[in-house]
Amino acid sequence: MKSKPIQSKKVLTSSKLSTPNPCNWCPGCGDFGIWSAFRGACIEQKWDNTNTALVAGIGCHGHIVNFVKITAFEGLHGRAIPVASGVKMANHRLNVFVFTGDGDCLSEGGNHFVHAARRNQNITIILHDNALYALTTGQASPRTPLGQKTKSTPQGNIDDPLHPLRLALASGATFLAREYAGNVESLKDIMVKANAHKGFSVIQVLQPCVTFNKLYTHRFYQENTYQLPKTYDSTDKVAAYEKTLEWDFKKIPVGILYQEQRECYEDKFPQIHKTPLIKKPLRKRSMTKLFKQYM
Amino acid sequence: MKPYVVKIAGEAGYGIMSAGLMLNKVAMRSGYYTFDYSEYPSIVRGGHNVMQVAIDTKPVKSPYLHTNFLIALDQDTLSKHMGEVVKGGSVLYDSEAGMDLGKHNGLHVFDVPLYKMAKEIGGSLFMKNTAALGAAMAILGADGKHLLDLISDAFSHKHEAVVRLNHEVAKAAWKYVQDHHFESIRPALKPRKRSKKYMAVTGNESVALGAIAAGLQFAAIYPMTPTSNILHVLAEHQEKLGFIYKQPEDEISAINMAMGAAHAGARSMVATSGGGFCLMSEGYGLAGLAEIPVVIIEGMRGAPATGLPTWTEQGDLQFVLHAHQGDFPRIVLAPGDVTEAFYMTMDAMNLAEKYQCPVVVLIDKHICESHESVLPFDYKKYSIERGNFISSKRLAYKRYAMTASGMSPRSIPGVGNHFVANSDEHDEVGYSNEDSQNRLDQMHKRMHKMEVCEKKDMQKPVLYGPKDAQTTIVSWGSNKGSILEALKHSSKVNYLHVTWMHPFPSDAIKKALAKTKKLIGIECNYSGQFLSLLKEKTGIVPDDVLLKYDGRPIFPEEILQKLRSKS
Repeated sequence: MKSKPIQSKKVLTSSKLSTPNPCNWCPGCGDFGIWSAFRGACIEQKWDNTNTALVAGIGCHGHIVNFVKITAFEGLHGRAIPVASGVKMANHRLNVFVFTGDGDCLSEGGNHFVHAARRNQNITIILHDNALYALTTGQASPRTPLGQKTKSTPQGNIDDPLHPLRLALASGATFLAREYAGNVESLKDIMVKANAHKGFSVIQVLQPCVTFNKLYTHRFYQENTYQLPKTYDSTDKVAAYEKTLEWDFKKIPVGILYQEQRECYEDKFPQIHKTPLIKKPLRKRSMTKLFKQYM
Repeated sequence: MKPYVVKIAGEAGYGIMSAGLMLNKVAMRSGYYTFDYSEYPSIVRGGHNVMQVAIDTKPVKSPYLHTNFLIALDQDTLSKHMGEVVKGGSVLYDSEAGMDLGKHNGLHVFDVPLYKMAKEIGGSLFMKNTAALGAAMAILGADGKHLLDLISDAFSHKHEAVVRLNHEVAKAAWKYVQDHHFESIRPALKPRKRSKKYMAVTGNESVALGAIAAGLQFAAIYPMTPTSNILHVLAEHQEKLGFIYKQPEDEISAINMAMGAAHAGARSMVATSGGGFCLMSEGYGLAGLAEIPVVIIEGMRGAPATGLPTWTEQGDLQFVLHAHQGDFPRIVLAPGDVTEAFYMTMDAMNLAEKYQCPVVVLIDKHICESHESVLPFDYKKYSIERGNFISSKRLAYKRYAMTASGMSPRSIPGVGNHFVANSDEHDEVGYSNEDSQNRLDQMHKRMHKMEVCEKKDMQKPVLYGPKDAQTTIVSWGSNKGSILEALKHSSKVNYLHVTWMHPFPSDAIKKALAKTKKLIGIECNYSGQFLSLLKEKTGIVPDDVLLKYDGRPIFPEEILQKLRSKS
């Protein structure tokens, strides 16, 4: 009697996502929450090396590419978004995630953030917001609050902080969310929704830096964030704008602040409607017709 | 015999460049070889625009200092260029625009009321260039059909009435010349028979055409003089030919987008000038370290900073050879004319994928924007080479695996192979790794690729002219044209043309220059950047140099003068 061949289970287990590299974030870092949420989303959604690409900038956040076994591009400080734009235009069937930090995304890469939002590129930005520079040992970032003392602002920060979701909304992003890194389950759900959204999605993750940030701690976010109520209408742009203005004790809203259905960038190229750019055969082109224009 | 040079000039905004190109094309369609050269300031309206077309029965490859026929659309033109017109030459000007002709002894003067005539027919001030062309064609004895055809093509996107009006203006001017100046008509454009059709292309156009022919899939280009026309050509054809051209927010984004697309598997390029390349230089090194194929077209202009935006220079050579921190593999090619620009762009696309590194194609404003008449490019022999490219799942795949050639298997996201394209030093998979031995292994692997390239693909310099010359000129880039023109007038001179700047063909150059009696180095920059490279790599120092850095290309007359001088 023939025995039935044992079929390998084609489910993604967490070990399939694991790399040989030990995680080197500081114990207690908010990045662990983001990592867990992302791995959870990968398992749930079957994001793997056949359908997903990661792009990261430079900063503590960028180390994530060494701890998740999905093909990644860890580029230059501030330049993750244009790399991701290029990946997505070349192969728009891929789920493209950008891991970036507040310094990476809003300081060095501010211009790219604004313009990718304007184009409504169909990529998901996971913004690790620890409100300072951690990898360079604790200087002020565009998210550092006024008055905070850091290594670069020993007399207290005199630069007003930037609000990434307000900036993204003004620039044309069509999916805006915020979550605290410790709310792993909720963050995972938001990541899934952000990827499902066709357009430029920004998730501001409130990520405590346990080593350098003594203000925005786990306890701070646990005590001062609140879930947007079920009655909140995330399609209302004016309401979303008002929510982006809220940032105070007990008044930091988390959840999906805004979602708008608008044609995404990659859908605007007729030349890739049927086939992704890289799936078309790479061939030498006949130039007879074009040459005639110059005769 | 020097070529017949027609110069048309006037205020910017009045179609001087398009009129000049029409003149070029009429000459080309009439069976002549042409080369045009334009000078214009960095403004849209109100400056002085000049275009000269050198016309010859033999191939012509550079502009000249003399003018045989000056077409003056404003007073400025007469004041600036009357002195350039050779004895027995001709001047055409707008006789009823209050222009002062000044001294014109020994010149044939064609006084035609260009604007008045255009206005009477119902045309505008902007049609005086059409009137000038009509008159010029009659003066030069050209076949009038060519001009009318070109006008139809140029205005084909506009209303039919515009075409008709321009035709009428051109014909009226033609008739005016025949009625008034018939006895002094000089038939320099008398139609000649030629079996093949030629193209008038600029370096920008041939780069864009070369990239398209070589299967370009993605280009990100931020506009910058003198390479903007590359993006104009690419943008126009993208939908039909199935590639993507994208105008990004800046040059930093341009090169990162191109690298992202290349990482995902697309043949990618960027184009810019020196200032934009400054912004790209951080990405340049990333492409070197992460081994990402990207072609960078760098069109030089007068520098530094904003410099001379619309003028030519060869001052970025040492910059592209050394830009970015540290050592990484890079290939730097320097075509010398539109033909080389076409083929070397095609080659650059292959070299980038083969050696998985950035490839710079270094040109300058003079190549970028001058039209040369050439036969349609023949690239039958070209085949697309992607090197060690893998688009299916492999067991135990390693992106940066150690190999004998230094070229590791390059895969793309989405096919099941896992790797990290990493700007940190990395191990074979791509994970960040700072170990000493790993650093050495990866460094040696990357740098070894250039040794392979040197052996397998590097092109030797080309020697033009007699083998046993009294004097040898060594140079590069757009100087090629003027040097070859100068060689036509001096039998005892030859020219060594170098096109590979990195890797550098040191041995071949040493061999070629071994028996040189007198060596002259020529280039368009202040410090002799190519000559420094030559000295660094071969120890060779020329006996004399001709350097120019006033934004103008080197003219054949200047080379001939240098050859005559005893230094």
